Amino acid sequence: MRPVLRTARSLRRAASAAIASLLAVVAVGCAPQPEDDASGSASSSASGASCAKGDLSTKTSGKLTVATDEPAYEPWFKDDDPTNGEGFESAVAYAVAKQLGYDEADVVWQSVPFNKAFAPGAKTFDFDVNQVSISDERKKAVDFSSGYYDVRQAVVALKGSAAAKATSIADLRKLHLGAQVGTTSLNYIQDVVKPTRQAAAYAKNDQAKSALKNGQIDAIVVDLPTAFYITSAEVTDARIVGQFENRGGTPEQFGLVLDKGSALTSCVTTAVDALREDGTLAKIEQEWLSDAVDAPVLK
Amino acid sequence: MTFVKQESGPEGADDHGDPPGADDGYVPSRRRLDRERYKRDRARRATAVAALSTLVSAVVLYLVVVNAPGWPRTKETFFSAEYAREALPRVLEGLWLNVRLLLVCGVAVLVLGMLIAVARTLRGPVFFPLRALAAAYTDFFRGLPLIINLMIVVLGVPALRLQGVTVDPVLLGGTALTLTYSAYVAEVFRAGIESVHPSQRAAARSLGLTNRQALRHVVLPQAVRRQVPPLLNDLVSLQKDTGLVSIGGAIDAVRAADIIVGRSLNYTPYIVAGLVFVALTIPMTRFTDWVTARMDRQRAQGGTT
Repeated sequence: MRPVLRTARSLRRAASAAIASLLAVVAVGCAPQPEDDASGSASSSASGASCAKGDLSTKTSGKLTVATDEPAYEPWFKDDDPTNGEGFESAVAYAVAKQLGYDEADVVWQSVPFNKAFAPGAKTFDFDVNQVSISDERKKAVDFSSGYYDVRQAVVALKGSAAAKATSIADLRKLHLGAQVGTTSLNYIQDVVKPTRQAAAYAKNDQAKSALKNGQIDAIVVDLPTAFYITSAEVTDARIVGQFENRGGTPEQFGLVLDKGSALTSCVTTAVDALREDGTLAKIEQEWLSDAVDAPVLK
Repeated sequence: MTFVKQESGPEGADDHGDPPGADDGYVPSRRRLDRERYKRDRARRATAVAALSTLVSAVVLYLVVVNAPGWPRTKETFFSAEYAREALPRVLEGLWLNVRLLLVCGVAVLVLGMLIAVARTLRGPVFFPLRALAAAYTDFFRGLPLIINLMIVVLGVPALRLQGVTVDPVLLGGTALTLTYSAYVAEVFRAGIESVHPSQRAAARSLGLTNRQALRHVVLPQAVRRQVPPLLNDLVSLQKDTGLVSIGGAIDAVRAADIIVGRSLNYTPYIVAGLVFVALTIPMTRFTDWVTARMDRQRAQGGTT
């Protein structure tokens, strides 16, 4: 049976050629990029690790790369420019940088969309500051510093509308509410208010604002400082109806976002803690968010 | 057995003979049997090589992916069974919106597109303004990015505060989709109409049909058959773009996934939503393939080739 033999031989030849070429491709093209920390077990809390400027393994040596979304909204940033140190989060970022030993000139800002900051894979920034609330579920995907701001969620509605007269969560139930997708504001609507009509979810707060103005929804839920800014500057015929109580008694906090298992997490957390203890955070909050003091609590 | 190089009979005559063993006393020659066996061997061998190389490629790809340093995290982030289970019901709920929009907008797009295409192909100087208007419409709405069209319609129209005009983002979004897609589809229809040979129209007119009758009974039936594949392309594309009405806050399949992703930072819901869309598209494609094949068969029976 020579043809069979020949068949087998050429099969082998073909197969070995295929395997060889594929392996070559693999070896050349897909050489795995070594990661600092493939296992995901962070060496972040190495108690002996020094947080001195020279010892921090930042993306660019000697510089601190900080990310936020574009546009950067008031009152967190001023004039859509994070580099001016004005606005609450810009000021916090520079304070943290200073605490870590970086001058203002050593802070490099980067524009990273809200959702992109959590995507898996190598991060392009040292930390991201973008009103991201800390949660255990999110901690599976990224590292957080300790919280730098205790945030509360508030309801905004047009003056004179039925929604503006709401005094309790039950009053909100029958309304058509909206919030930005991916925010804890939307979670509050879905988990706390549980409205009878499905909440509207917007890609950006801007769209939620215009929907409110156009009467497409009755009220929007945003964090309290944003609510104050919206009602004072952007949608002046709207008012803050009230704020929600914290769920489960623990305050919701914004944290700085770092790559999962980042070597900087412990140092950044230490810096934020120090700023809270010496009153710097309170001072910055007083300066930029002082009007966001209070609103009636909806129960 | 050995293959001796011999003069063989004319190639291609093999397949037309009756099968061996038929009751006509035909006994296939030795040479023919050899030739058939040889062909079978070659075919088998080709299949084996293809199967093996596919297997090897699959194994290598699998190993590359699974041994990538980031695989454990990627797996957890994109292929988490727990989040898939949580996402599926909500994604399907959102998909219902996509499907409803597809059905309503699909019909509207076909009707409007056909009207515009016919308007563009009208003859006679009196119809010039209609032709110009239809051309301007297709030029504008094919060129305008869909997302901007949606923004203007969904967020801009309500700002006008017109009495009696809806502010429902789904209705407005559907309108915007219909505007853009009817421009695409009008061009598909027009190309189909113009691809019918002029002699067909001339023949119809010479039989005494009016222009309208010629269009309806002779030109359009031939045109529509040719348009099915590109029309299906636009329909599938429309199906995916229905999700863009979420600009107005409506929750479709992708936005439903978005909500879970935003809360958990786990990307599995996106994968679920993607697969659900693909699963919706495949039966649709198979169905139209079947319709097209059936139409072709019917046409072939007419004996026109």
